[in-house]
Amino acid sequence: MSETPQRPWALLAELSHGCPLHCPYCSNPLELVRRSAELSTDEWCEVMRQAGEFGVVHTHLSGGEPLLRVDLEQIVAAADAAGIYTQLVTSGVGLTEDRLGSLVDAGLRSVQLSVQHADPARSDRIAGHRAFAAKERAAALIRAAGLPLGVNVVLHRDNLDAVDAIVDLAVAWDAERIELANTQFYGWALRNREALLPSREQLARAGAAIERRRAELAGTIELVWVMPDYFDGVAKPCMGGWGAVSLTVAPDGTVLPCPAASVLPDLDPPNVRDRSLEWIWDSSPAFTRYRGTAWMPEPCRSCPSREIDFGGCRCQAYALTGDAARTDPACALSPDHALVRAAVDAPRDTAAPTTEPLPLAAPGQRARASAASVPYVYRTPAAGRRAP
Amino acid sequence: MSRTPGASTRTDARPAPAAGPAVTTAVDPAWRPALSPGIMLRRDRVREADLLVLPERVVVLTGRAADIVRLCDGRREVAAIVGELADRFPGAPVPDEVPAFLARLREQGWLR
Repeated sequence: MSETPQRPWALLAELSHGCPLHCPYCSNPLELVRRSAELSTDEWCEVMRQAGEFGVVHTHLSGGEPLLRVDLEQIVAAADAAGIYTQLVTSGVGLTEDRLGSLVDAGLRSVQLSVQHADPARSDRIAGHRAFAAKERAAALIRAAGLPLGVNVVLHRDNLDAVDAIVDLAVAWDAERIELANTQFYGWALRNREALLPSREQLARAGAAIERRRAELAGTIELVWVMPDYFDGVAKPCMGGWGAVSLTVAPDGTVLPCPAASVLPDLDPPNVRDRSLEWIWDSSPAFTRYRGTAWMPEPCRSCPSREIDFGGCRCQAYALTGDAARTDPACALSPDHALVRAAVDAPRDTAAPTTEPLPLAAPGQRARASAASVPYVYRTPAAGRRAP
Repeated sequence: MSRTPGASTRTDARPAPAAGPAVTTAVDPAWRPALSPGIMLRRDRVREADLLVLPERVVVLTGRAADIVRLCDGRREVAAIVGELADRFPGAPVPDEVPAFLARLREQGWLR
């Protein structure tokens, strides 16, 4: 890269990988950062100061569960003082009226609440934790405090048939935005792909339901539906381009172009403990490696979409082909697209969901919805260390 | 957390220019517009731009848009906002364009 890149707009702050939930599609890496390795309060405040000075205007305070950080209020205040808009991304577990009040006093602007399913027992089974009641309470507290509420749901085989009920739930909770994002398969989700990958019929039903609800709810609530790249043959513009729009700071200060990028070999990601955010963004090998289009192989290099999808997802290319610099196999033009087709077209049970009560497994155990379904590998530090 | 990398919102902090006023919606001159909760107006010194920052989006305000939004403090009525801007920008089509612009921001949910 010869010229200075555009400044980043957004910072994803993974404050802690600790989480009471154990979702089998978690976006955290398999190798979770230990609590003892997390950045200190002062280090996070310095990250926010540098980020604001550097042009970041928006931060998602996420995790794991960011409420596990007892100094979250100080981090919010530091971001706010740096002119950065703060949004808390939470499971809702641990959000009391007092805690929310002190976060609002510190400058918190909005909250995004994760939900796993509209049915409490099913939501708890997917999360591997009895969390639904806490989520319902958290939603009420957030609205009572006057903050905008977004509900986010990662969609997969075990909740795609419930999108109507999920939209109803978000409306009942007075959300102003619902994000329905189909699972992207790397990290934990790749390990659980057999359990989570939906059928084409399921996706088509859910897509139709979303279209109907979006028309019904137009002007009252924003409904975001992210089509899974495995199924539509179109690579997604991952992160809006490598090192183009946003950066992720992991709990231990590692800085990444996307939260999944820690799996890429030889990336040698920089750390805020060693370098400034400015150097990391402008000059670090990790951020310049796939920036722009010069790194691209064919068919991307000559593709008219190269500045629309930026070659798709590097982490997915690596996960499926072993080479992060190849065209994302999700793209129908990729020479490796058969890898994705094979997974999508594998025969699976496409029956309507069972209505029997579902057993809730303790974290670390495997839950089984019915005799026919594939058990989850829940997100736990121990499961992450085990070879797949 | 349950968010999936690559989901659209992760990269939503992308500028979307505010288009010029086009719709002529009837606006009550006694309306006292204010930014909706969770929306922040700020000057971006790095990009030398005025921004509306929303829960999942950043809007770059172009032209005189920021001068108008800055007056939406929940105390001034539309008529007062129009009057102030007409004084400040003599000859500009303020009475025609400003109420329509405010109405459009309200339709977006950014003003209330």
